[in-house]
Amino acid sequence: MKTICIYFQLHQPFRLKRYRFFNIGRDHYYFDDYANEDILQQIASRSFIPANRMLLDLVNQYKGKFKVAFSVSGVALEQLEIYAPEVIDGFRELTKTGNVEFLTETYAHSLASLFDPEEFRNQVKHHSERIEMLFEQKPTVIRNTELIYSDEIAEMVYEMGYSKMITEGAKHILGWKSPNYVYQSAAQPQLKLLLKNSRFSDDIAYRFSNYSWNEYPLTAEKFISWIAGAAPEEEVVNLFLNYETLGNLQPSHTGIFEFFKALPRFAFEKGIGFATPSEALDSHEPIGTITVPNPISWTDEERDLSAWLGNKLQQSALKTLYEVGERVRLCTDRRLKQDWLYLQTSDHFHYMSTKHFGSGQSPFSPYLSPYDAFNNYMNVLSDFVGRVKAQYPDTVDNEELNALLTTIHNQEMEIKRLQLELKKVIGSNEEMLVEKNKKMQKNR
Amino acid sequence: MKALMFGWEFPPHILGGLGTASYGLTKGMAKQEDLETIFVIPRPWGDEDQSFMKIIGANNTPIVWRDVPWEMAKSRLEKFMDPQEYYRMRDNIYANFTYMHTNDLGCIEFSGRYPNNILEETNNYSIVAGVIARTYDFDVIHSHDWLTYPAGLHAKSVTGKPMVIHVHATEFDRSRGKPNPIVYGIEKDGMDNCDHIICVSDLTRRTVIENYHQPHWKVTTVHNAVEPLSPEIEAIERLSGVSEKVVTFLGRITMQKGPEFFVDAATQVIRKTDHIRFVMAGSGDMMDQMIRLVAERGIAHKFHFTGFLRGKQVYEMLKSSDVYVMPSVSEPFGISPLEAMQCGVPSIISYQSGCSEILHNVIKTDYWDVDAMADAIYSICTYPAMAEHLKVEGKIEVDNIKWEDAGLKVRRIYDNLM
Repeated sequence: MKTICIYFQLHQPFRLKRYRFFNIGRDHYYFDDYANEDILQQIASRSFIPANRMLLDLVNQYKGKFKVAFSVSGVALEQLEIYAPEVIDGFRELTKTGNVEFLTETYAHSLASLFDPEEFRNQVKHHSERIEMLFEQKPTVIRNTELIYSDEIAEMVYEMGYSKMITEGAKHILGWKSPNYVYQSAAQPQLKLLLKNSRFSDDIAYRFSNYSWNEYPLTAEKFISWIAGAAPEEEVVNLFLNYETLGNLQPSHTGIFEFFKALPRFAFEKGIGFATPSEALDSHEPIGTITVPNPISWTDEERDLSAWLGNKLQQSALKTLYEVGERVRLCTDRRLKQDWLYLQTSDHFHYMSTKHFGSGQSPFSPYLSPYDAFNNYMNVLSDFVGRVKAQYPDTVDNEELNALLTTIHNQEMEIKRLQLELKKVIGSNEEMLVEKNKKMQKNR
Repeated sequence: MKALMFGWEFPPHILGGLGTASYGLTKGMAKQEDLETIFVIPRPWGDEDQSFMKIIGANNTPIVWRDVPWEMAKSRLEKFMDPQEYYRMRDNIYANFTYMHTNDLGCIEFSGRYPNNILEETNNYSIVAGVIARTYDFDVIHSHDWLTYPAGLHAKSVTGKPMVIHVHATEFDRSRGKPNPIVYGIEKDGMDNCDHIICVSDLTRRTVIENYHQPHWKVTTVHNAVEPLSPEIEAIERLSGVSEKVVTFLGRITMQKGPEFFVDAATQVIRKTDHIRFVMAGSGDMMDQMIRLVAERGIAHKFHFTGFLRGKQVYEMLKSSDVYVMPSVSEPFGISPLEAMQCGVPSIISYQSGCSEILHNVIKTDYWDVDAMADAIYSICTYPAMAEHLKVEGKIEVDNIKWEDAGLKVRRIYDNLM
């Protein structure tokens, strides 16, 4: 039986405010609260809230036969909690039905997997704990930021204890192979992979409301007939979509909600079912291996990293950022650690992309030009690096500092242990004293 | 096809961007094999490059018949043109101008600059145009800027050939919105009576449509381009005496170019940093005022004035700079950032300049947004990736902006008028 596996990504960055170089060293608050609140609330009311409601209706209507999965970045969760908590409530209700799965990813929607393995591990752990706390389910499937994947990342992920992962079915990797199967990683055969079906996903995400597309208008019936028409051995069709596709990127007047509402009915008519990523991965054995020496992603025609690492500006900004990573992890200042996460969000680097000159730059960028984006980010980063350096003297290198901190920590523990012992001794002495007194009173 | 062009300046003797642009365009158009250009300027110096077109000096064109022996014509005119041309033109004197002040060749003297009696010079230029139009055979008339509009119109009325005017700047740009009514009148007359208007940017096109009330269909934008650097200029090395980064303003120090915004931005940067110096190169009516302003702000120790730079000195200045800033309040095109980019200097330009419409690898700010400008200066001087990226990508970009392409666009306009 064919199954459709739908997974939605939800992410919003903490956008930076205009931060001029005269602010460096003076102003340590970096974020544009107004814009972040405004944008998130707009998207929530247009997309997340009605979409949650629709999905809940579908799950209830088909009594457990309709399933979806979500991957919500940690920074997006934080913003939702502050600005649109009703979306979180919606997710909680969906979780209670038992037909919705949450995936884990990097907490900050960061590129740490490419630069800083330790940071990557920390963030995934952080994110999975957060998901467990909010939705009472422990994620078993991982997806990296923007579906970035390579052999190296596969090994890292497996070592962290994950055996199920989601990534892009990039044409240059697959070649003649079809994405509609479960694969295994060449680097780590125990890691099972689910690949995005780009054609079907993009039909919904990009072409749905395109009047000049020869298949316009796309109806649920037509869409399902395409899926049903695929070779019968091809059993999993993976539709990986941005959650904003529902209502924001494809506004509700395009009929996107009606399309989704009708989807399960036509699917069941053709005998096609739905599954969550973990079910799809558990119920199928891999039919082949995938080798990915150079990282892939789900962005742009090239499906590579050029949107974040395509020019010198981006490379330099990322290098400067991750150079302080080790030092930040030695710090304990909570605000510093929070800013560290927010500054790692991949969007900041995407805004610096010069790939789209001519065809207009990234439509999501709050900046007028990539240079503006770099400028602003670097000013913020200069201030941040200054704060990190102020935590511990510059003359001590990381290893030495780590050793010192461990010593301090151990000594603290030792002191605590001794204090505890002291208390016990004092306590038992007191008891003895009391008993002695009692005895003396009795004797009298 | 033959074009008769009227210009005012021509390299190497130029005072502003007009000469550079007319030269580049004509040279780019010379790549079209079936196009010949006769270029009229008020006063040639004899060292102009005539390899791809013919230059005629208005001051070598007779308007009063004089009996000039061949030897005299040869000795006086040889370095400008074939003396035979003088006699051809002499046969086409069309009215009695003996009341005019002329020299022994029967020609009017021109300064070729922007003197106080500029209106008189433009009028004289138009008288001369009548002789030239009657002497030569051509298919289209092309006038560069208002000084030459009367000459072009005269040529049009004599021959009935279509006339194109090329707007490199309008009076609204030069005066920050308070135009001289006489100049405005000449510009308006030229635009009303010509057959097509070419503007160097969409910004200028808007001004022409809105302030000169021209119909949309009559006005086309053809962005300027830039000549490749000569090997001699490419070879210039950085003259660096200081270890600090050098930020340069280069141009006429006048209201139109927004020099005070550069000083304001410099003040912000100098107060906060100690690795950046500023240079204001050029001269102009606001220079003294700027020197006073720099002194008042207390930044004179890091702010330098060079005075007027000519020829090679311009490129020496650019090659020694780390950042080029053009905060123009209203710049129809502004060719100098392109020259800076050719020299590998990262540039900051205002949105109010026409070249910002075609350049991507530069930083753009509003001319009044001094904070943003200061920030951009700081960024280029502080983050090496930024400087490197702008340097490399900017050079690649500007090397692809060619006069040939602009020439083809102009040619299409000519063809439509035939």
